[in-house]
Amino acid sequence: MAAPTVNQRTTTAPEEGRTPVQTVTMVKALNMGLRAALEKDPKVVVMGEDVGKLGGVFRVTDGLQKDFGEQRVLDTPLAESGIIGTAVGLAIRGFRPVCEIQFDGFVFPGFDQIVSQLAKLRFRSQGRVRVPVVVRIPFGGGIGAVEHHSESPESYFAHTAGLRVVACSNPVDAYWMIQQAVECDDPVIFFEPKRRYYEKAQLDTTATPDPLFASRVLRQGGSVTVACYGPMVKTCLDAATAAAEDGVELEVIDLRTLSPLDLGPVFDSVRRTGRLVLASEAPSEASVTAEVAARVQQECFYSLEAPVLRVTGFDTPYPPSKLEEEFLPDLDRVLHAVDRSLAF
Amino acid sequence: MSSPEQWTRPVGQPGAGPRSTDITAATAGTPTRDQVIAGLRATSEGGADLVQLLTPEGERVHHPEFDIEVTPDELRGLYRDMVLVRRADREGNALQRQGQLGIWVPLLGQEAAQIGAGRAMRPADMAFPSYREHGVAWCRGIDPTQLLGIFRGTDHGSWDPLDTRFHLYTIVIGNQCLNATGYAMGQRFEGKVGDDDGEATICFFGDGATSQGDVHEAMVWASVYDAPVVFYCQNNQWAISEPLERQTRVPLYRRAAGYGFPGIRVDGNDVLACLAVSRWALDECRHGNGPVLIEAFTYRMDAHTTSDDPTRYRLSDELEAWKLKDPIERVRVHLVKQQWADQDFFDSVQAEADELAARLREFCVSMPTPGPERIFSEVYAEESPQVRAQRDEFLDYVSGFADAHAGGEH
Ligand SMILES: Cc1ncc(C[n+]2csc(CCOP(=O)(O)OP(=O)(O)O)c2C)c(N)n1
Ligand SMILES: [Mg+2]
Repeated sequence: MAAPTVNQRTTTAPEEGRTPVQTVTMVKALNMGLRAALEKDPKVVVMGEDVGKLGGVFRVTDGLQKDFGEQRVLDTPLAESGIIGTAVGLAIRGFRPVCEIQFDGFVFPGFDQIVSQLAKLRFRSQGRVRVPVVVRIPFGGGIGAVEHHSESPESYFAHTAGLRVVACSNPVDAYWMIQQAVECDDPVIFFEPKRRYYEKAQLDTTATPDPLFASRVLRQGGSVTVACYGPMVKTCLDAATAAAEDGVELEVIDLRTLSPLDLGPVFDSVRRTGRLVLASEAPSEASVTAEVAARVQQECFYSLEAPVLRVTGFDTPYPPSKLEEEFLPDLDRVLHAVDRSLAF
Repeated sequence: MSSPEQWTRPVGQPGAGPRSTDITAATAGTPTRDQVIAGLRATSEGGADLVQLLTPEGERVHHPEFDIEVTPDELRGLYRDMVLVRRADREGNALQRQGQLGIWVPLLGQEAAQIGAGRAMRPADMAFPSYREHGVAWCRGIDPTQLLGIFRGTDHGSWDPLDTRFHLYTIVIGNQCLNATGYAMGQRFEGKVGDDDGEATICFFGDGATSQGDVHEAMVWASVYDAPVVFYCQNNQWAISEPLERQTRVPLYRRAAGYGFPGIRVDGNDVLACLAVSRWALDECRHGNGPVLIEAFTYRMDAHTTSDDPTRYRLSDELEAWKLKDPIERVRVHLVKQQWADQDFFDSVQAEADELAARLREFCVSMPTPGPERIFSEVYAEESPQVRAQRDEFLDYVSGFADAHAGGEH
């Protein structure tokens, strides 16, 4: 017998009498966001490996199949090309599929369908066909996993025209961004920083969210601008706290949207600080951080006091997990780059 | 229980309601969805095609096509293999529980399927495993200690795949089936196929994997190039939380017919049957009559991995039923019945298992962590300037950091 699920959904007026502000993990926030999306639009379907009865290997979809049924929450056969390809078909038919890819390293069997069909259908049909599919991908390292479970493949998708690519960094954003992604008429590749899944925040479900495709200044400071996304946001905020003790004020920007990029706040910030450090777990070559660096030097050339520096994973395959602490940029490597920037 | 042989069409037949349990439908050749699913799960009681040589009760039964003779020595050897790999597996599980491994992937329940296939291989044959094939690794001469690095996070596979003829574990479901097929095509292109000295390849994958495009493509390639590859599917009934009926509505061995090669369903908890069928299939391949699909019908008796909680999706009754078909117990019973083994033998295997477990544990807790230079090694045949620069800069940074700490500077 399946164990009782965590989310016991009351059938009537679930929100009434419940305080709108609660402390939630990112997993819970995503679960609540998906539940809200399923409730709001009968065309929303959730599909993927183990998302139904098990509730996903991270429990993001916990309880959803129980409450919405097997036709809204589908345990699919084990094939990512199948998941994405059938989601495209469902979308053509008017559904809004939310696909779960179990781990970052397993999206590649579905890559063809994402790049060849999902990304291009609007363009090919000149707007006659919409494919509002969300592909959720837990990404990044830091959980001590075996191969293929710790990768940061976001740049492949950001490189592909027609896809929107976002990364949440905290439970509050996760709750709103997943709902906004479902409502978006374009396909959205939705990256979730798995090593931040169980971190908590206060979520006010009555608040007005920021737009989905907008970056956000999380901490103001005049010394150096630090732009990051996903799992690196917490690292960079911690770095900012540490730097402040030494009198260095970091301005931390969560990019949130990786394609299209929203670099207005980054340009504004760099024009004030003259210095930019970019942080990401992904390898640096031909990456999102490379794109940001190129655009900043183009837009802010006369304001720059130092070259744009990047703190990233190395241009190597992800190492065995005992070495991931070395591979992943940490607080010290961020501060090291800040020091180098200030030394110019 | 309906036999798979009666099934003419799969599901959703007009007139047969999706949940109907109307028995007349089955006898009329139009089974209901539930009957189809029941048939998928048909085991020694159900599937008439199931090859079995040793019943769960330890009775030796004979099979017209796949019978083999084993000496008492050979059967004792198979028993020892299974007891030792089970013990290594339980120790791996325990080491994970104690924080010495990040994760462990248990093989519990699949010992016969793996030892039967592994012992059917000849030294020149090649194996492509997924990630659960600790028993096959054992048969390829890979010491269980060599598996630990993957799960402790010190390497991605520590053995030499070419020397051992046992490829690295493959985690991306289905990938290795195409790689195995390509390898087997190479055996054929090099003229190593065609007589009793020929080579063959065997590829391991799960029931869930059969849904992947790679597995389908592998079977197409193998078929049109007559590749000497045995597709060895361990149907352990589950792909994490998803039961077999999420992947198929025909018994898996039957898929082979669609590709144009033989498919055999063997009792995966019967080491003799697995040995016999695998030996036959590998011989077919080495003689140039491959490929062959084998569905080893077995059961994953433990969680998917140590990260998994099967109580969320399956009933413990199912496990209890399969415990009665335990792959090791039936061999033990048979050895006793035949008086092919005495208590001294069982005690000595037990002692050997204890030693193996102790050795594994000792090895595990003292495994060195590789230095940071491992991150940058062997990315390319010739080191790229970029990777070299990153390595040099990082090693410099690491040592500077240590210095800074020493100097109390940072
Ligand atoms: C391409 C890919 N998708 C998803 C996964 C995650 N995953 C690991 S094992 C598994 C189930 C595999 O089931 P099966 O093929 O029956 O093999 P078993 O684990 O039962 O031996 C899944 C979905 C993966 N490793 N690779
Ligand atoms: Mg399985």
